[in-house]
Amino acid sequence: MTAHVGIVLISHSRALAEGAAELARQMGVGEVEVRAAGGAEDGGLGTSLDLLETAVSEADQGAGVVVIADLGSSVLTTRTLLEDREEGGTEVVLADAPFVEGAVAAASAAAGGADVAAVTRAASEAWDFRKT
Amino acid sequence: MDTYAWMVRFAELVSADAERLTRLDSAIGDGDHGSNLDRGMRAAAEALSADLPPGKVLMTAGRTLVSKTGGASGPLYGTALRRAGKALGDASEVGAAELGAALRAALEGVQELGKAEEGDKTMVDALAPAVTAYEAAAGEGLATAARAALDAAEKGAEATVPLQARKGRASYLGPRSVGHQDPGAASTVLLFRALAETAASS
Repeated sequence: MTAHVGIVLISHSRALAEGAAELARQMGVGEVEVRAAGGAEDGGLGTSLDLLETAVSEADQGAGVVVIADLGSSVLTTRTLLEDREEGGTEVVLADAPFVEGAVAAASAAAGGADVAAVTRAASEAWDFRKT
Repeated sequence: MDTYAWMVRFAELVSADAERLTRLDSAIGDGDHGSNLDRGMRAAAEALSADLPPGKVLMTAGRTLVSKTGGASGPLYGTALRRAGKALGDASEVGAAELGAALRAALEGVQELGKAEEGDKTMVDALAPAVTAYEAAAGEGLATAARAALDAAEKGAEATVPLQARKGRASYLGPRSVGHQDPGAASTVLLFRALAETAASS
């Protein structure tokens, strides 16, 4: 079996990250590792680089990881992680995507065997899902 | 320049002003800036020791801030301090010129990470003028340059009051962010107050 791209959802809120991960896992049809890195380490609102690092390594099945972030410090924490990563490891990318729709689109694409670039693109295209 | 004393003093000033910073952040953000930065800097101060080389002190403080702070100020201040520490390298003594290069590197790191420009109502509005003022006065020695940087940071932070935020949580408020001082600019003043006090006493 070929490895699927993993998805990590980082949010200020643990409940929000886990809820979005629940939705995304449904689209990943049991084949995509979707991990939540929500809240601060104590479970309150915030973001944690350590939780993000753990989530990324757990989501990594060898085909790379796409990270989807919600507000402000989720984005900054992810950029910091990317800056710190050593060359030569599995590819990890921050997608420019809406949080929930991007997570669902990314998991669907990953389940279909898309690579990191295609999963990232699918997540970004979720900006186009208009509601009115 | 004793970077260890600088960081310890910064942690003390943040602790003393944590409530004010959180109050500023409650007006236009998510109300956690003071408590977050206080938690991060307490952990950073604990992780440091006076016998580390100056650059290593800043890198250690930065790394601790990134992992322990819990909000946007962690990656931002963490990147600033790590870049500054990296610029100092392994030098055992840091003079006015070296510190100027380190402060410039810190500003560049913050702007790269947060993509903020001057006028966006962020910490850059205090940091950028402070670095410029420091560089202009660096020839007159560390204490004078640090004092000039503090004055510029204070003016820059005060000037964020009438601005409308274009970055961070405050940007969601649009025009309602006008009339409040940016909490990140306010805490940046403390970073330079700690620097000026440390430079004056050395």
